[in-house]
Amino acid sequence: MNKLLLIADMDVQTWTYILVGITFTLYIGIAIWSRAGSTKDFYVAGGGVSPLANGMATAADWMSAASFISMAGIISFAGYDGAVYLMGWTGGYVLLALLLAPYLRKFGKFTVPDFIGDRYYSKTARIVAVFCALLVSFTYVAGQMRGVGIVFSRFLEVDINTGVIIGMLIVLFYAVLGGMKGITYTQVAQYCVLIFAFMVPAIFISIQMTGNPIPQLGFGGELNDGSGMYLLDKLDGLSTQLGFAEYTEGSKSTIDIFAITLALMVGTAGLPHVIVRFFTVKRVKDARKSAGIALLLIVILYTTAPAVAAFARTNMIETVSDQPYEEVPEWFKKWEGTELVVFTDKNSDGNIQYLAGDAFLKGDDGKWDFNQPNLNNNNELYVDRDIMVLANPEIAKLPNWVIALVAAGGLAAALSTAAGLLLVISSSVSHDLIKKIIKPSISEKGELIAARLSAVGAVCVAGYFGINPPGFVAAVVALAFGLAAASFFPAIILGIFYKRMNKEGAIAGMLVGIVSMLLYMMKYKLGWFDAELPDKSEWWFGISPEGFGTIAMMLNFIVSITIMKFTKAPPQEVQDIVEDIRIPSGAKEAIQH
Amino acid sequence: MKNRENAKGYWRDNIKYVIILLAIWFAVSYGAGILLKDELNQIKIGGFKLGFWFAQQGSMYVFVILIFVYVRLMNKLDKKYGYDE
Repeated sequence: MNKLLLIADMDVQTWTYILVGITFTLYIGIAIWSRAGSTKDFYVAGGGVSPLANGMATAADWMSAASFISMAGIISFAGYDGAVYLMGWTGGYVLLALLLAPYLRKFGKFTVPDFIGDRYYSKTARIVAVFCALLVSFTYVAGQMRGVGIVFSRFLEVDINTGVIIGMLIVLFYAVLGGMKGITYTQVAQYCVLIFAFMVPAIFISIQMTGNPIPQLGFGGELNDGSGMYLLDKLDGLSTQLGFAEYTEGSKSTIDIFAITLALMVGTAGLPHVIVRFFTVKRVKDARKSAGIALLLIVILYTTAPAVAAFARTNMIETVSDQPYEEVPEWFKKWEGTELVVFTDKNSDGNIQYLAGDAFLKGDDGKWDFNQPNLNNNNELYVDRDIMVLANPEIAKLPNWVIALVAAGGLAAALSTAAGLLLVISSSVSHDLIKKIIKPSISEKGELIAARLSAVGAVCVAGYFGINPPGFVAAVVALAFGLAAASFFPAIILGIFYKRMNKEGAIAGMLVGIVSMLLYMMKYKLGWFDAELPDKSEWWFGISPEGFGTIAMMLNFIVSITIMKFTKAPPQEVQDIVEDIRIPSGAKEAIQH
Repeated sequence: MKNRENAKGYWRDNIKYVIILLAIWFAVSYGAGILLKDELNQIKIGGFKLGFWFAQQGSMYVFVILIFVYVRLMNKLDKKYGYDE
């Protein structure tokens, strides 16, 4: 047997171990090479990162396991409505580039609470900002650690908890050792891995289904099956035939789509782990440029995802709908084992009827109970959304190495985001809390040790939530954006564009914003105030908790400006700071002060 | 005093650019992709209904272009007012 044949014959598991092994060695090597020697290295990678490297790192930081694995799946089930994530998670970068990044870079400190604390000349403002930053980052990172665990467990066949622990150890290793510097350069490598892993299967499938190698064009192209039909027309037809909403129409109300998109955009621009990225470049013009590069790199994946969603959806419906259960393909059996697809033969005809409606009922714990078919409809198939990306290469019968590549990509996406968030948490604790509030006299060396210790602490807390996810964490992760939109965004924007804005206004605004967002979330998402979760019809203005960040942000703006009108103007030196950050030249390095 | 005037002029031009670019940002996403979606869906380009295309593809391309246009405009403005470095 010749060598080539051997490689072609290697099974998915072997390929997965090889590819994951190579990429992990690479990350760890980079972390050792670029370890941090000073607090400046640790917080802002020494401040000398090139715009291209920063753009790649920002893109990897930004695209989590959710973007890589879940987003295409969500879109393939939500159709048009999925656009809220696509526009929401990219449009925020326009706000970031035009309204925030250049000025925050010129301001030249380490963290977001640094800016709030100095601009609003107040310890209270700084403490409120630290509290918001920790709240946002923890809700977000808990979900990421769980994501890391799930990816490990699916591909390496260990259980989820073991997966979380492996993930913790790896993140711990390079976040603690390398700080921002280590993270930045590993993220550059992780971006390359994840984009390659996402694009290869997408291109294969696009060629298979439409003959066009560019998925973004194949998406609007004609099918390859000789029917001459457009892919999207076919999918609209299949969807309505099976009782789903038309794929290109969706089912959410216009106002809710509007509110969710805006909350996600503004939230993106207000997320501390994204903002802090722009402190790592040298000049103000580099900050602008690297926001553009980051978005370009993100958009490559984000414009491919809806195409993958449509391909996968069509493929899946055609493979399973009305087919005899006895003859399902290999992948179906494999993912049945992990309960990502579950079939129940309600009408005992031996065929799979895949229709609109929930195939099963939920148990008391709010999870699906696969022993209890839902007899109110005729749908016999439960399909987990994640399968759209995970199983897509298998559904399309792609080679084994492509299937394994998806595993390496998913892990790169999950690890890079988790590491970026942990860094924000640790710098909030060591810099904003310890250095700025509790013990200003701490030495540089002491602060670096504190930063490393808080990174360890943060990994442990995140890992704990990854292993024992309280029911509410999963529900709350999507709302981290609402929290960021409701708290930071107005305070930073007003701080830059409105010289008269003072501490009284900003503090009151942040508090009103974050508290109203939390209350709405508790009432309409978690149902803590009522015997059961209130119905959609009770939502304010028909806006879901995911979209409420938009309302809370407006409240923040209104309260800030009103209170400001009745209190005194900020001192002259603060007004001078504002004048100064508006001018791009003379950006000092991010300094201790 | 001259310094002050210079800074004010720079800031005014900057705000003008930002307002124009954000108007386009709003028009492609919230306008074409959400509010006018149904009207635009009457028009078809290839296999795409136009409103759907803006929501899931077009708006994102425009976002990228907007940032790079802003980068160019601001680099020019920096030079004009002597803030280039």
